[in-house]
Amino acid sequence: MTNDIRLDLARNLVKALEQGDESKADGLLDEIAGLRESQLFQEVGRLTRQLHDTMSGFSVDSKITAMTERDIPDAKERLQYVITMTEQAANQTLNAVEGLLPVSQELNEQAELLSSKWERFLDREMPFAEFKDMSAEITQHFYQSKGSLKQVQQGLNEILMAQGFQDITGQIIKRVIELVHDLETSMVELIKISGSKRVASKEVNEPDLPGPVVPGVDDKDGGVAANQDDVDDLLSSMGF
Amino acid sequence: MDKNMKILVVDDFSTMRRIIKNLLRDLEFTNTVEADDGKTALPILQAGGIDFLVTDWNMPGMTGIDLLKAVRSDPELVDLPVLMVTAEAKREQIIMAAQAGVNGYVIKPFTAATLKEKIDKVFERIDG
Repeated sequence: MTNDIRLDLARNLVKALEQGDESKADGLLDEIAGLRESQLFQEVGRLTRQLHDTMSGFSVDSKITAMTERDIPDAKERLQYVITMTEQAANQTLNAVEGLLPVSQELNEQAELLSSKWERFLDREMPFAEFKDMSAEITQHFYQSKGSLKQVQQGLNEILMAQGFQDITGQIIKRVIELVHDLETSMVELIKISGSKRVASKEVNEPDLPGPVVPGVDDKDGGVAANQDDVDDLLSSMGF
Repeated sequence: MDKNMKILVVDDFSTMRRIIKNLLRDLEFTNTVEADDGKTALPILQAGGIDFLVTDWNMPGMTGIDLLKAVRSDPELVDLPVLMVTAEAKREQIIMAAQAGVNGYVIKPFTAATLKEKIDKVFERIDG
């Protein structure tokens, strides 16, 4: 359909040029260009759809090939790890809070009870027998507070440590953002190529600093310390 | 080990600086200062008075390894104890840090116990 239209336009253009009709020739050229522009959008859509299937045999841009084969699945696993880490941090925090709430509630109730008794004592409204009981209760309360507050401190530390996820996931997400940016650049290059402008493809570079180790992604080839013990072993083998 | 020693904590993530500072406070080290990368840390170190450096590796501006190298090549700072706390866990990087003269290496995510143990170890070797 569009081929026929373009053929007609081309024939008319040749005719106009042979007849030396400049204005008609210009008009026809504009029409051909307009036709091409409207086709470009359809073309980009078609290219994108075909991209995935044809990428392995596609030698135009080795960078995009590398991205689809390696970096995008890799990025998916990294983002999955971000979900895992944030979930862990949330659970760790929630567990600590759920553990601490009853502790603080109990301490609070005890303190309220004892303070009302204490006021009665100060107002000299308390019989001696009751005072003796209260003294025992206060002793018990101090004893229990010590243990409870230790528990609170421990829980707060757990909550503190759980926030470490932000650093690790931040580093991972930054890296994925870089990948998306690279992919965008490469898609623009591809569109330029489809407009018959060839752009030299760039080498895919490993980052200088690999960053957080994502289990199942970065530790596949070995050469990575999986935990602090591995680091300690390596360092002690070097005489540390 | 002097609990009053002045500790510089260097990390580009403010959350991690807060975590490390809080852990240090829990270990009774209350005299801490912060910097967000090597570039801002180095002038603080050069101004003197810092007794212990805790640094991340991967930071914009100036990385922790470059900061470590700068410290080791400065006659005033050459003996400063340095603990690296980083997510970088590749063997060649740990070796690189060791060769650059790091005193301890902790990988993230870490526990409060690990941090304490490594700090103790660093000062055991220095004091002992």
